Amino acid sequence: MAGNHGIHKWKWVIFFLSPSLIGLLVFMVGPLLYSLRLTLYDWNLLSDPVYVGLDNFKDLYHDAEFWASFKHTLTYIAIYTPSVLALALGVSLLLNRPLRGVAFFRAVSFVPVVSSWVVVSLMWKWIFNPRYGLLNYALAQIGITGPNWLFDPDTALYAIIIAGIWKDIGFITVMFLSGLQGIDESYYEAAKIDGAQMLQRLRHITLPLLTPTTFFALIISLINSFQVFEQAWLMPEDYARTGTSVVVEQIVNYAFRYNRMGYAAAMSWVLFAAIFAITIVQIRLQKRWVHYDL
Amino acid sequence: MLRKSLVTLLVVVMLAALVPASALAQDSVTIRFYNFSSDPDHVEDLQTIIDAFEAENPNITIEVSSAPFADYFTLLEADLVGGDAPDVFELNFESFVSYAANDVLLDLTPYVSGDAPYYPRALEAFQSDGAQYALPESFSTVLLFFNKDLFDQAGIDYPTAEWTWDDAMTAAQAIRALGDDVWGIYSPIQFWEFYKKAAQNNCAFFNADMTESTLNSPECVTALETMVSFVNEDVMPDQTELAGVANEELFLQGKLGMDVIGIWQFAAFADAPFAWDIQLEPGAAQKAHHFFANGVAVSADSEHPEEAAAWAQFLTSSEIAATVRIDAGWELPAIDVPEYVAAYLEQTPPDNREAVFEALESPVTPPVIERQTEMQDDLNQLLTAVEMGELDPQSALDTAKEQIDGLLQ
Repeated sequence: MAGNHGIHKWKWVIFFLSPSLIGLLVFMVGPLLYSLRLTLYDWNLLSDPVYVGLDNFKDLYHDAEFWASFKHTLTYIAIYTPSVLALALGVSLLLNRPLRGVAFFRAVSFVPVVSSWVVVSLMWKWIFNPRYGLLNYALAQIGITGPNWLFDPDTALYAIIIAGIWKDIGFITVMFLSGLQGIDESYYEAAKIDGAQMLQRLRHITLPLLTPTTFFALIISLINSFQVFEQAWLMPEDYARTGTSVVVEQIVNYAFRYNRMGYAAAMSWVLFAAIFAITIVQIRLQKRWVHYDL
Repeated sequence: MLRKSLVTLLVVVMLAALVPASALAQDSVTIRFYNFSSDPDHVEDLQTIIDAFEAENPNITIEVSSAPFADYFTLLEADLVGGDAPDVFELNFESFVSYAANDVLLDLTPYVSGDAPYYPRALEAFQSDGAQYALPESFSTVLLFFNKDLFDQAGIDYPTAEWTWDDAMTAAQAIRALGDDVWGIYSPIQFWEFYKKAAQNNCAFFNADMTESTLNSPECVTALETMVSFVNEDVMPDQTELAGVANEELFLQGKLGMDVIGIWQFAAFADAPFAWDIQLEPGAAQKAHHFFANGVAVSADSEHPEEAAAWAQFLTSSEIAATVRIDAGWELPAIDVPEYVAAYLEQTPPDNREAVFEALESPVTPPVIERQTEMQDDLNQLLTAVEMGELDPQSALDTAKEQIDGLLQ
């Protein structure tokens, strides 16, 4: 009787889930499998796909441009991820204090997150402009000749990373803030009675109790930065693009500019494999440093 | 009970959403037309042409979709792949070749009469394997624009039709001497300018049967050396010196003596606060001018090929279409009827408008392969590296040859 009741219940669950389940199957799982199949074909959109086996992956292996874009993406991640986490932690610690007008500062810190990349990149292009930009003007005031930033393939990537960090700090800050507010005051009171200084309280209470949030923020920002695209697409001047091409940019170029769908699909799956592998490693490693309680 | 009727209602709503809007029987034929050349400035001009066509052909309705050039081919390809191809669509010359090669275009040969008033060169541009796969719609060219005031200040003679790039260099140096923020000339170092200057130097991109690139030949290297000499002599700003200011803007600010740019700039330069004119582009071993062309093709899958072809013909060769284009300062119609262009020649500036048509005596079309965009992107990267002094012309073109050979396979 109980089992019968269970099946009856599941029927309803599936019925009410079906609109989004169908959506998920049609718009996510379907295209996913289709793109996996596409990796085996050469398809220019205009004529019928030609089966080429694993040739796309073989070509990809020898594609210096693709691996350069992979390297740029990894450089992006290596600088962006620690910076954005550290800065967001700092900002969230400041914003977590009972300051006058803290609500205003919390809102301001979130403005870059909700701004569109088109707007943000226009603003940073102006800041980075070597001739009339704010940044090199400021550098000139202290006697430094600024680089050409977005005009130079050697510096353009760093300019893009700076803009990316600036835009995403607010997002991670909000996560840290909610993590901080979940820490029970009594820990701090007990620590104060024992004579723990501010830095000791940060090191022994705040940071350990914040590790679940940090873990989540780390995974999110890793995945985000593997998929970095808009800023690399919008910001650099044409000449500097050799120094900034990232994986997603290559995928877009090959799919929609060069009409090589199979090759672009192969790139996507290599990117997927990289994100998947890194995320698995992260989850495995979390036991070593993430504390879900004291 | 209530729950049951609620479920019934839900099911009804879901089913209703699945029923397609019923296709109404139509008396007239609807022709779907995609274009990029009217977006964004000439949508109304296009509508004027459509209205005239529909008045003459009451049984045909034109349903037009416009997209800017940058998005156009994504839109077009998505619909072609989805089996929802428009009946008639615009193609630029460079993309025409891969569309014709992939059998998606209707052969328009039977619809083109022998006395069609097209420029023969323009008609030929849209042929492939002896078949007419599109009709030439419009063309434009690139000329030497020059700031008369700056020439006067420098005390030098205006450019003539016989100029070579050496003459341009001498003039550019005289103008550059006028001031730190005054530049002599701007002629971008990219694919479009390079293929033309290559032609001026008798440099061929490919061998005769298109199996191999010959881009590292001495003629080609000389062409590139001439181009980059203007940057090296500091009479032309490089990318960093421009720092995001377009060369058109620099010209309009009166800080550029000569600008090698398209005739589509006439309207934008009309109110310039200085006197300017145009001249044929300087040459080298010979003269060569761009022939940028757009064509109109009919989908091979169109259910109404007759009506579609009629619209394509009207759009490309009717008097009303031609005069609307000319009056609006849009691209020029690719038809050889002097009466239509009389009004165009009367407009000033520039005074020397005849140069637009004189340029048609030495037209070159871009070298085209199926993997066109990849070739252009690869070559552009190398050309900019030469402009910025990171590669010398010979090694850049050696690399270009290798890359293009890879694309030809």
